[in-house]
Amino acid sequence: MASEPHVTRRRRSPLTVPVALAAALLAGCAAVPSRVDPLEPMNRALYEVHEVVDTNFARPLAQAYVDLMPTPIRTAVSNVFNNIDDLFSAVNGLLQGKTDKAGHDLGRVILNTGFGFGGIFDLASEMGIPRGNEDFGQTFAVWGFGQGPYLFIPVFGPTTVRDGAGVLLRIAVGPVGTIHDVALRNSLYGVGAVDLRAQALGASEIVDTAALDRYLFIRNAYLQRRRYLVYDGEPPREKEEDE
Amino acid sequence: MAVLERSARRLGALVLLAAATALQVAAPARAEEAPDALVKRVAQDVLATIKADPLIQAGNEARIREVIETKLLPNFDFARMTALAMGRNWRSATPEQQKRLTDEFRGLLVRTYSGALNQYRNETVEYKPLRMNPGDTEVMVRTAVQRAAGAPVQIDYGMEKKADSWKCYDVVVAGVSLVTNYRDEFNAQITNGGIDGLIRTLADRNRGVAAK
Repeated sequence: MASEPHVTRRRRSPLTVPVALAAALLAGCAAVPSRVDPLEPMNRALYEVHEVVDTNFARPLAQAYVDLMPTPIRTAVSNVFNNIDDLFSAVNGLLQGKTDKAGHDLGRVILNTGFGFGGIFDLASEMGIPRGNEDFGQTFAVWGFGQGPYLFIPVFGPTTVRDGAGVLLRIAVGPVGTIHDVALRNSLYGVGAVDLRAQALGASEIVDTAALDRYLFIRNAYLQRRRYLVYDGEPPREKEEDE
Repeated sequence: MAVLERSARRLGALVLLAAATALQVAAPARAEEAPDALVKRVAQDVLATIKADPLIQAGNEARIREVIETKLLPNFDFARMTALAMGRNWRSATPEQQKRLTDEFRGLLVRTYSGALNQYRNETVEYKPLRMNPGDTEVMVRTAVQRAAGAPVQIDYGMEKKADSWKCYDVVVAGVSLVTNYRDEFNAQITNGGIDGLIRTLADRNRGVAAK
């Protein structure tokens, strides 16, 4: 990754992390254990670590990327990574028996790779071919695996045991992992990470305003979003307690 | 190090869009207006107002609030939204507490929307065909918002038929309900400080005290 940017928003003392960890653990003990998040005390501690890294490093770096890189270049970078995602979406569509979606994704990859200069241009979206947004975590869900405990991984973000396993599988079989040049491979992972973080910059500000408890806000949003994806945008309505 | 998984980014985008597009339900009601027609009329009205108003384009917060208050809020059922976010705790609140909760939650949502309104200007909205049976009193109006760049984001509005018109009681952005997303947070506050504790926390947030 690039050199340390000097645009930190909030300076924190070196004691912040241990103190936050202790506070999170204590708070976790007092809270009622959550069904979806049995590891909440550990996750909250990891979330505090994440916040420090994000505030001082990832967020400023992503902001610098947005400020310095022209929009067409950033769009091209996103498109190239999305194109790889579309290929895996096609694979996962097939694994779930969703042949229509898989067909769309495969068509997208062929079109964007062949005529969009290796995925730099997203012609398929301009032609109205929808992205399938399938991944291994969703395939596991469709195959009947439960999501397992919620996990918060510093820098990576929210996940579950099931989704995390999907991500690990994806990394294991993904094209970037096959690159033998370690520097190039790590650079690509780095660019991908900055691309992701940059796209979430606006969202961070919304969470700052909206959340009473940022950890819970992010957890619930993540779990709702995954459920929605597993059900292809039409999740059955959850039972509303007493309402 | 971070990975090329897209979920983290999606999470961010959806929360943002949630706020950004909740803006798009608004304006005074007309008798017998269908829920999808209502959403469309209000969305067009708000988007047109934002685009045409030089004060809003310059980031004038008072003017943004005014547009939200006059065009958007009359179409929301904030009591229902608050009850949904409270879950089973709603019933144990006194009428006075329910009123204060509703006022403070309304304030929080409005603050969130104004912030999002400052960020998003050039969306176009696609309205999906309404699936509704005659006699339904609740329906999801589905839309997709196309931003200047990036994939469209699905925004669904939970609409309920009230005496004089349809009212929005939930906004679901890319699968995340803005209302039920608060349920665990409200629960945690109530566990720690009771219903009055939750009211205090909401009031603090509305006065600009940062979240933990």
